[in-house]
Amino acid sequence: MQISFTLNGRPTTMDVDPATLVAELLRERLNLTGTHIGCDTSQCGACVVHLDGLPVKSCTLLAPALDGATLVTIEGLQGAPGSNRLHPMQEAFRENHGLQCGFCTPGMVMTAVALARDKPGLTEAEVRHGLEGNICRCTGYQNIVLSVMAGADAMHAAKGE
Amino acid sequence: MKSFAYHQPGGIPEAAKLLSSVAESKLVAGGMTLIPTLKQRLAQPEALIDLSSLADLRGISDDGATITIGAMTPHAQVAASELVRGKIPALAALASMIGDPAVRNRGTIGGSVANNDPAADYPAGTLGLGATIVTNAREIAADAFFLGLFETALEAGEIITGIRFPVPLKAGYAKFKAPASRYALVGVFVAQLPAGVRVAVTGAGAGVFRVPPMEAALSNNFDASAIAAIKIDADGLTSDIHAEADYRAHLVTVMAKRAVGAALG
Ligand SMILES: Cc1cc2nc3c(=O)[nH]c(=O)nc-3n(C[C@H](O)[C@H](O)[C@H](O)COP(=O)(O)OP(=O)(O)OC[C@H]3O[C@@H](n4cnc5c(N)ncnc54)[C@H](O)[C@@H]3O)c2cc1C
Ligand code: FES
Ligand code: FES
Repeated sequence: MQISFTLNGRPTTMDVDPATLVAELLRERLNLTGTHIGCDTSQCGACVVHLDGLPVKSCTLLAPALDGATLVTIEGLQGAPGSNRLHPMQEAFRENHGLQCGFCTPGMVMTAVALARDKPGLTEAEVRHGLEGNICRCTGYQNIVLSVMAGADAMHAAKGE
Repeated sequence: MKSFAYHQPGGIPEAAKLLSSVAESKLVAGGMTLIPTLKQRLAQPEALIDLSSLADLRGISDDGATITIGAMTPHAQVAASELVRGKIPALAALASMIGDPAVRNRGTIGGSVANNDPAADYPAGTLGLGATIVTNAREIAADAFFLGLFETALEAGEIITGIRFPVPLKAGYAKFKAPASRYALVGVFVAQLPAGVRVAVTGAGAGVFRVPPMEAALSNNFDASAIAAIKIDADGLTSDIHAEADYRAHLVTVMAKRAVGAALG
């Protein structure tokens, strides 16, 4: 079947087998390998992308769901237009040592961006609840939580400017 | 994953017609249960009928003494709904405890109730409130709907269109999460309704069930102390790597007390 969607701001049309997972489509046909597949059983969150603005697990999403939708992957995040900088959440992960091997990071960042956007003034408990579907094997989460709190503040500060 | 034909019906009658006429076909809602099953080849349908474009199945409506939630309404929307939070806050809280944000953005109430996982949350809220499951063919009381392990009263070709919840006087939900999956090791939903108190338990056995002795005690005195001494028989409850049956039995009383506390809070 043919599907048309907006991928990181670009209109995209392609033919897909309906049994294709979005994670597969991104990595194998669109060469967007920033979206990781950690578990492939819907548990780890390494594959989180934004479908019409909402974080979802792309390993548990069939390609037909993209038709008519807007998809943003980790490659689609950016800092202020023209600034040539990372997204404030990405900056915060770098500044706060929020990653070690980096495998879980794209999913962590995508989940965190949605969490911070929906709720200004996040508490630590809200961050931990919001990250329940993202598993990290390296960091022990401490610095990830710090990063998300800092990134959330930076996102809201940037909005206020 | 084995390939399948994909249908996107434009209305409920068309979906029902496809479901009964296309061989080996299956409905897909949020896919949060079905897609993992397809990947493991535990199910290999020839065709999927996607309910996601049926606007009639989405949304939450206020009917005064009841609230109706469309089958395709995702958990996140129920958790955030001003209407549900205002009238049945325990149900909004239940929805906010399901899985994680990404699961809540896709998974639907209809899919959860149809699937009837023995550790799922919505079956407890549905049975605890004495809700009505509305399908394209009829209305089914929750008491007659959940038949045990992944089994429901749904007939072949039947589609859930929504769930109608009576607005309780008070209600509360408490769940002891299995730490890895966040499904209920034991979850208890308690509701005080004009007709009496209902207590429904998920996670503990092969399917959601009620606890009549607790219902009677709470109907007399709606306070956690009224059920503190009521013990649940571990016979027939689930034992697995997460917990033995006797521990689950113990947790039913603990969670029921907390649910009453939440209802009074
Ligand atoms: C990581 C993870 C964690 C989770 N944690 C929890 C948890 O803590 N608590 C919990 O309760 N659940 C949990 N779930 C399950 C989740 O809530 C699912 O969304 C739900 O069980 C199924 O809903 P769905 O919309 O995804 O249904 P689908 O997967 O699309 O469908 C499930 C089944 O229901 C049938 N069906 C779907 N809609 C209808 C309908 N309208 N009428 C008739 N039949 C229908 C389908 O044919 C299929 O057999 C979790 C899932 C994942 C992946
Ligand atoms: S790869 Fe999708 S949740 Fe782990
Ligand atoms: S940084 Fe290695 S898995 Fe999270």
